[in-house]
Amino acid sequence: MKNNSVRRTDLLSTGDMARFVARGFLRFDGLIPDEINRDFLERIMRDEVRSHPPGTPLAECYATCPPIGALLRLPKVAGMIQSLVGLNPLFDHHAVHHCPPHQARAQDTHADSIVDVRSTAFDIQLMYYPHEVTASMGGTRYIPGSHFRRINEMAIARYQNIAGQQHVVCPAGTLLIMHHGIWHGGGCNRSGESRYMLKIRLNPTCRQVRLWNTDDLAALSVGPAAIFDPDAYRHQDRIQTLFERPEKWFPMDESRLETVNRIRLWRALIDDPEFDSHYWLSRLENQPE
Amino acid sequence: MIIESHADYRQQILMLYTRSSALDSEVVAWAMYDGTGATTHYAGDQDAAPYSTGLDAMQAGWRVLQVSQLNPPYPSAEYQTSYLPFEVMLEKWVKFDEK
Repeated sequence: MKNNSVRRTDLLSTGDMARFVARGFLRFDGLIPDEINRDFLERIMRDEVRSHPPGTPLAECYATCPPIGALLRLPKVAGMIQSLVGLNPLFDHHAVHHCPPHQARAQDTHADSIVDVRSTAFDIQLMYYPHEVTASMGGTRYIPGSHFRRINEMAIARYQNIAGQQHVVCPAGTLLIMHHGIWHGGGCNRSGESRYMLKIRLNPTCRQVRLWNTDDLAALSVGPAAIFDPDAYRHQDRIQTLFERPEKWFPMDESRLETVNRIRLWRALIDDPEFDSHYWLSRLENQPE
Repeated sequence: MIIESHADYRQQILMLYTRSSALDSEVVAWAMYDGTGATTHYAGDQDAAPYSTGLDAMQAGWRVLQVSQLNPPYPSAEYQTSYLPFEVMLEKWVKFDEK
């Protein structure tokens, strides 16, 4: 596939990026057209979906799988990829996930790869659902806000259920974009039909700084006038408000630590070491000489 | 509890993860392992917790086996989050009927 820069309006907005930083995913239901979905499913059935060596420029991939090339060239999809990992990302790997019918259990919750100590750079994983996924088909399970947790792969398998866990029950053509650290697992397919999903992992080749449409950055980055200022919480779209919002499952003493994790990644993404929310880091960085 | 013969009983384990180190704080994650084989549990099988708090589980007859220690933050990793910190392991002994 060929990769060209997209129109500014097809890039992610600042609000989208802040939500990705806060929760670790973006979901777009039914985004991919039916003709691509049908073509891709037929190629899965004919076992025609071929992978590429890790580190191959994405622009050189999928010449032999036109529906995936077409998917990646859709302006909205190309814009998301460019916003998150830049114009020329590398193909890391892909996997066609097939969950057969009448499963008795689910894949345990895990994070992909191995423990990842990068603090600012990140990979993304595209999860593409070419057909409708019903509740009885299970769907991918994922835990919003889990992406900053430094754990190793399947060590979290003991956590069968986590409050606020999400199941990708979705229409055909849904795309989920995840930070590489998100905890997830394949749901139990209790239906009588197979479930398919394509996952593609992409690596950045540039600093991930202001790659999205930043036209609304200044407007959304307004911190509270004072700590515990109730006015701050009436503006739900403010970056600071998004970063202060805990997930249902966050331990009480770690909600503020997760806010700090979000602030640190946002500082890197906007290249502003003084960005803060609720004075959490400014207070700690005050060391008069 | 008087147990006539250990061979007649099986262990059920309930893992609860609470919002704080207090046993009466809200359950935010959970898992169940049933040694009787009567029920099977797996990842993602329940979106609602079986008990609201650890104390609720105790009042329903679950016995606490172990709770997480409170460890000081690791130097230079004070802001790093990782595994769920407040784990409560509980058990029940349940009469086992092989028939």
